[in-house]
Amino acid sequence: MKITEPEVVHVARLARLKLNTGEVEQFQKDLNSILGYMDMLSEIDTTGITPVVHATNIMNVMRPDTIIGSQTLSDALSNAPKHKAGNIVVPKVIE
Amino acid sequence: MLETARQYRCSTLRPTELVDDLLARIRSGSLNAFITVDEAGAMRDAGKAEKALKQGSGDTLTGIPVAVKDNICTRGIKTTCASKILANFVPTYDATVVERLRNRGAIIIGKTNLDEFAMGSTTTTSTFGPAKNPWDETRTPGGSSGGSAAAVAAGLCAGALGSDTGGSIRQPASFCGITGLKPTYGSVSRFGLVAFASSLDQIGPMARTARDTAVLYDAIKGHDPSDSTSVPRGYPAIDLKSPDMNGIRIGVPDEFFAEGLSPEVALSVRRGISTFEGLGARIIPISLPYIRYGVAVYYIIATAEASSNLARYDGVRYGVRKEGSGDLTDMYMETRAQGFGAEVKRRIMLGTYALSAGYYDAYYKKASQVRVLISQEFEAAFTRCDLIAGPTAPVCAFGLDEMMDDPLSIYLLDIYTIPANLAGLPALSLPCGFSGEGMPVGMQLIAPHFREDTLLGAGMAFQDHTGFHEVRP
Repeated sequence: MKITEPEVVHVARLARLKLNTGEVEQFQKDLNSILGYMDMLSEIDTTGITPVVHATNIMNVMRPDTIIGSQTLSDALSNAPKHKAGNIVVPKVIE
Repeated sequence: MLETARQYRCSTLRPTELVDDLLARIRSGSLNAFITVDEAGAMRDAGKAEKALKQGSGDTLTGIPVAVKDNICTRGIKTTCASKILANFVPTYDATVVERLRNRGAIIIGKTNLDEFAMGSTTTTSTFGPAKNPWDETRTPGGSSGGSAAAVAAGLCAGALGSDTGGSIRQPASFCGITGLKPTYGSVSRFGLVAFASSLDQIGPMARTARDTAVLYDAIKGHDPSDSTSVPRGYPAIDLKSPDMNGIRIGVPDEFFAEGLSPEVALSVRRGISTFEGLGARIIPISLPYIRYGVAVYYIIATAEASSNLARYDGVRYGVRKEGSGDLTDMYMETRAQGFGAEVKRRIMLGTYALSAGYYDAYYKKASQVRVLISQEFEAAFTRCDLIAGPTAPVCAFGLDEMMDDPLSIYLLDIYTIPANLAGLPALSLPCGFSGEGMPVGMQLIAPHFREDTLLGAGMAFQDHTGFHEVRP
């Protein structure tokens, strides 16, 4: 068993996903099967290989520091589920 | 597409006439290929195109109806990613690719169905229900760009845009008997593409022929300062005359014809390769031993990136919010629990696990190292050949009721398409035959970075000598 039930619950918490009991059971089963398949990677000796994070070798792309147009406030808020007086409203964070 | 442009030019067809007809067919059809159809916008743009054509100021794409996968942002038109969590999302800007198509006079006819957040190979995880294959409506069109593929195959648009993270353009193109290109990573802007796995995602064109695919690719490619992974370099136009295939070296890896491949698919693809040989190409047996690890590498990297990219859906700035019992974290957890479907949750869980403390080295780091080996293996192969050929998918389109319960068996459908994403290479799927049951078979060609000219040229040469792309469902 690669991943235990408490680990599934912990990972769900990290991912901010509320899971019901059925889902915890299902994902434990699925993840174990998938992670079991991924074990094949341990056959490969990767000593000394620098991992890549993407397929092109460009890095630190800069743009000239020029002023361009940006979204209006009403556009930026147009998809927000809850907003008031130009601000997004969320449940209280600080008491 | 080129044919429609020709008809416009000799005034045997008008954009408003064509769009009106397509809208009626989409309305009465049962493929579920579209999530949103922009009837008013399409008719308005058809009118504009008609005027431009009359004044003689149009170009090849003027008035050409194009469908766009619903994970590509369209200003003022809902972009849902086939997810409940974005069911009401209306972008305030166009993706660069959409802007480029609009600037050329193309008409965005609607937004096509997909697997939720492009995570899947069947277009069945869409919250709006599965799309269907026009060759047999009881079967899947493939996925995740299944709506785009079905719409093109059924002639509901002249061409379409899809996105391809592990095969999501090529596999549905193969299942629906059309042509689909996953361009080189960095050659088409991802600005406005809803991110799934940023180091693998690439937008690309889908059409009936390699020539039409080339025309769409030409319109969307090129550097974009808004996407920092977009590669600044020259992007010459693709020559639409088919090239001489004489002496072109085509590598055929043993690993592409290994166990799990349907004998019918193998036969059609082998025949397709012989067609190239008949045109003067040299067939070179090659071996790519590391690609058998592709699926394992991909499902670590793609899910790790997805878990991070999808953290933004928290019910705060856009999308659907579900209030929890009170505090902020509870609101996040409730929103995501109700907003995401099972496959998306499964991948977020897997990716979060692979990146979590104690497992990072064993999974994410290991996968990123094997990714290097896969890239190096392709690089070495391309010193011996100009193109690599094989099947696009191990099977033909299967029944919607034959869906596998086990996620791993679905993941294995991507076995031949994933390597090109891991290495950032361009790859094309071409129709190359039919199964005994009359379902299309696709052949995949892979080229070195930025050699879309060789790739599409080979596609044109193939289609000039075969008729599979002309057969209609």
